[in-house]
Amino acid sequence: MTIREKIEKTLDNAEKLNGELNSFLSIERDYATKRADELENDSEEKSLRGVAIAVKDNICTKDLQTTCGSYILNNYKAHYDATAVKKLNDAGAVIVGKTNMDEFAMGSSNESSAFGTVKNPWDRTRVPGGSSGGSAVAVASGVVRASLGSETGGSVRQPASLCGIVGLKPTYGRISRFGLVAFASSLDQIGIFGQTSKDAADVLGVTAGRDANDSTTADVAVPDYAATLDNDIKGKKIGVPRALFGEGLDDEIRHAVEKSIDNYKSLGAEIVDVELPYAKYGIAVYYIIATAEASSNLARFDGVRYGFRAEDAHELREMYRKTREEGFGAEVKRRIMLGTYVLSSGYYDAYYSKAQKVRALVKKDYEKAFNTCDAILTPTSPSVAFKIGEKSDDPLAMYLSDIYTVSANLAGIPGISVPCGLSSEGLPIGTQLLGNFWSEDVLLNLANIYEKEFPLGAKPKIFAE
Amino acid sequence: MDVRKIATLAHLEITDEEVALYTPQMASIVAYVEQLNELDTENIEPMLGGLTAEGEATDTRRADVPHESLGQKNALKEAPSAVEGHFQVPKVL
Repeated sequence: MTIREKIEKTLDNAEKLNGELNSFLSIERDYATKRADELENDSEEKSLRGVAIAVKDNICTKDLQTTCGSYILNNYKAHYDATAVKKLNDAGAVIVGKTNMDEFAMGSSNESSAFGTVKNPWDRTRVPGGSSGGSAVAVASGVVRASLGSETGGSVRQPASLCGIVGLKPTYGRISRFGLVAFASSLDQIGIFGQTSKDAADVLGVTAGRDANDSTTADVAVPDYAATLDNDIKGKKIGVPRALFGEGLDDEIRHAVEKSIDNYKSLGAEIVDVELPYAKYGIAVYYIIATAEASSNLARFDGVRYGFRAEDAHELREMYRKTREEGFGAEVKRRIMLGTYVLSSGYYDAYYSKAQKVRALVKKDYEKAFNTCDAILTPTSPSVAFKIGEKSDDPLAMYLSDIYTVSANLAGIPGISVPCGLSSEGLPIGTQLLGNFWSEDVLLNLANIYEKEFPLGAKPKIFAE
Repeated sequence: MDVRKIATLAHLEITDEEVALYTPQMASIVAYVEQLNELDTENIEPMLGGLTAEGEATDTRRADVPHESLGQKNALKEAPSAVEGHFQVPKVL
């Protein structure tokens, strides 16, 4: 098949399944077929030549829409490609569409998108997780091999777990955030979904690295991730924080994750106990820091320079207030207000400063734990994919979906979710591996060996031919 | 918690229904995050931002080389209202 034929098949699949799954907010046929033709006529060797990739709709793509799942950016088109997108294009990848997401990446179910909920391809009455639910489903439903998402508190790993695919959150500063619409800048990081760890490794290898346009990217060498994927994992030390396997964890998840520990043991890994005493405060720290940063970052949406503007406002501040009231959805408003509250005069020290101190303790937990192990294993999500509507009226219950994932964002370490089993209802379960700073190679190696030795052996009900 | 006052600070014009919805929700989230008060953090250095040690050590200065800017036409392209090279807004005073 030519690149053009392959890309057209991907586009056909995306269009065919989107009515059922709503994973794409835009399917870019003209753009993608033009790119395919360009690549066909370009004989230069490129690592992702002709590979179709889906991109979360909060990552800027020149001349294509970037809505962040929000009405306030309805029809917004960026002037430039995000660095990660540019690097993918340079490597020969073809962006085929932009994916649905919780509005401004705020959510764990995709229900806060202004453009409708994404459906889980394993069971359409259930959520795909979030916030990168569209990117997860684009991969899980077999439309693309890999996609870009973004993580602030688990928005790649959690949907990967709920959709039965691989989801990688790299170290803070590994992939440039230039062109990623900011939610909470000290936590945000572009993440990757793959059908397999190899797919994630290929995309990470291309997108990682220092970028002059993002001063938080670090000058750290990018290894050849594919080269170490098949390394023997014998003797690798995997830490298990037993205290986190207690209250709130679904029994089926506990069972499947315990089984993944046994499986790693059978592959020669050494299982050691670790303690993360401050991890349980992660959600509390997160909802102070993330909302504080969001209230500041989202101040830019004011109806002046881009996006939606409310009509019938007679003076400037009224225009700001009406634009933001009509343009933002409930979850975004709730978080902007929470952030405004914790930063407001008289409360700043009690909330924001306190959270920054506990964040330091969470990070120290990990630094200490990684003195004794190569990776830490936990569940990714405390439950399997929940029903659409089940948690949408209870924000706090929704926030607790990220209990196992947020602390990695607070500390800045990388993490990966790997499928490790199915529930009695046939829904996927993920096991999470967390690594020391810059150790994505270790995580991808551990994940790759696991999926080869213990494949899930099942596909979602809705899957592209 | 005075949700209406917070909304004003955040430039949000919220309805009475929203005040009724958000007030208990935000109160329960704030009550949840207050569990941090059980920790003694007296002598802990706060973590400012998310940088790793390697990120801290990275020289982030860019070469001082002129490059093309966005330009007025592009900068105004996505504006809801633009006239004669300016963003147009309702009256300020």
